[in-house]
Amino acid sequence: MKAGVIEGAPPDPMIERRELVQRVARQTLARRVRISRGIVALCGLALVLGLIPLFAILYSLISKGFRWLSVDFFTQTPQFPSLVDPNAIGGISNAIIGSLVIDGIAALFAIPIGLVAGLFLAESNSRFAGLLRKTAEIMTGLPSILLGIFAYQILVIGFNEWGIKLPGIGFSAVAGSFAIGILMIPIIMKAAESALRRVPAPVREAGLALGARRGVIARKVVIPTALPGLITAVLLALSRAVGETAPILWVIGASTVVNWNPKKQMASMPLQIFQSATSPYVSLRDETWGIALFLVFVVLVLNLGSRLFAGWLQRERR
Amino acid sequence: MVDPTTTVTVSTGSSGQDTDPRTGPLSMRIKDAAVAFNGRTAIRDVTFDVPKNAVTALIGPSGSGKTTLLRAINRLHDLTKGAVVSGSIRLGDVDVYTGGIPPTLLRTRVGMVFQRPNPFPTMSIYDNVVSGLRFNGIRKKAVLEEAAESALIAAALWDSVANRLKAHASTLSGGEQQRLCIARALAVEPEVLLMDEPTSSLDPISMRLIEELLGELKSRVTIVIVTHNMQQAARVSDLCAFFLMGNDRAGEQIEVAPTKKLFSEPDDQRTLDYIQGRFG
Repeated sequence: MKAGVIEGAPPDPMIERRELVQRVARQTLARRVRISRGIVALCGLALVLGLIPLFAILYSLISKGFRWLSVDFFTQTPQFPSLVDPNAIGGISNAIIGSLVIDGIAALFAIPIGLVAGLFLAESNSRFAGLLRKTAEIMTGLPSILLGIFAYQILVIGFNEWGIKLPGIGFSAVAGSFAIGILMIPIIMKAAESALRRVPAPVREAGLALGARRGVIARKVVIPTALPGLITAVLLALSRAVGETAPILWVIGASTVVNWNPKKQMASMPLQIFQSATSPYVSLRDETWGIALFLVFVVLVLNLGSRLFAGWLQRERR
Repeated sequence: MVDPTTTVTVSTGSSGQDTDPRTGPLSMRIKDAAVAFNGRTAIRDVTFDVPKNAVTALIGPSGSGKTTLLRAINRLHDLTKGAVVSGSIRLGDVDVYTGGIPPTLLRTRVGMVFQRPNPFPTMSIYDNVVSGLRFNGIRKKAVLEEAAESALIAAALWDSVANRLKAHASTLSGGEQQRLCIARALAVEPEVLLMDEPTSSLDPISMRLIEELLGELKSRVTIVIVTHNMQQAARVSDLCAFFLMGNDRAGEQIEVAPTKKLFSEPDDQRTLDYIQGRFG
């Protein structure tokens, strides 16, 4: 007999169970779909609630700030308005250049340290790595103003009191970079670690099985594989750094002249917002919107740019 | 690599009928089915009928789209971004894509066993087997226990696990784990069971056990199995569908025939070349 083909009707208990499963599944599905729709609706509501402030902020920034974006805004230094012309307030070139120098120097030392430490966290199972990871986690949660106090204590007054003569001691861009860099390191570390850990173990093992040392595998296999994630890690840390005020509040000296020398006092965009916003002049207070708009634009470009670039890199490799 | 000196011997076991299984009742009808990922076609021009209570094997070299086709049947591609399934795949008289059946309900009717055993790691043997029932809202102990026993017996696992149903699934060997996964799929009593190279990660004895199982299971469920192993296809299947990768690197259907015919006198020269080990 051709088993199963002709006498193929399964015994009854199975048919009964099949019908039961499908009936119950259909019934519970209706309930699950209702619950699911409810939750999705709540999520949608939460999304809208989250987007309202975002768009409200962007709207007021653009509507009040856009008119300030002129050639002078980017090329002039701040002026105190005179009684003759209350709108003669100059621009913020000093702050833009200050941000560039401070965050540039911070990136210069924070990126390598952060990436190397992230690699260490991803590759090592040692107790020291665990300790380092915990430290980084705590540091990302640290109020950033504490980093400002720390930099102030050490670089601005500490070295002077201790009689140590180094370039950049006192109020300077270097002191600001120091604080910002310390802020960036744990962010880069954590993001780099998770990017590196996403490289599948078999890929590492394939390298080990060829007799490669772990350092070689990290350089030739793991890092290239995780590159899009590492770039995102760096750019996200940078975008965070550009917007930070607290760490530099006390240490960069808030200069009002254009200055490329990191040993000197300097301005920065977030700090300029703080100063303009608390200024007694109406026109300066108004200009704050322009600076804020430009700063948000820079942060947005860094954020979106990192995502787009990482996505593009990922697609390129397929 | 297939050794060119060995020809595949067709030892048609339980599936040795000369008649075409498609002349009997049908379980599924696939017509002009194609799957594309992000605009790139992975398999196309698939048209064949799946006979009820029989084993249909999908064979062909790597890249010919067998697994892609299999996963289109229970709509697993729904969860892949950029995947598009076109054409029609009908289960009974519903089109699984356009017939309005929710994918979760479809999957209670079309079960699946994967290439590597994938028991739920935190669950006991018993909990694994009845998980499908519980996921779908069945709570009655009597129903669950009866289903578990029936499914474990059908998967030839009952005798070895009956006294340790509460043990972790990870205490089982690879072959036992795979039979546990078969039992888990059977417990919801699907009409069709899709198997994606279910023995490729197993030892020969476990493989044999599962192959023998298929002959018994088909009275209970219609089986569609993807296999790289042509001997296996010859041993276990009633109907065989052969796929190859076309010039544009998309898989396409070459020939569908009763297993005995496909392995002895295929219509297409490429089928003959493949089963004789000239390429692939």
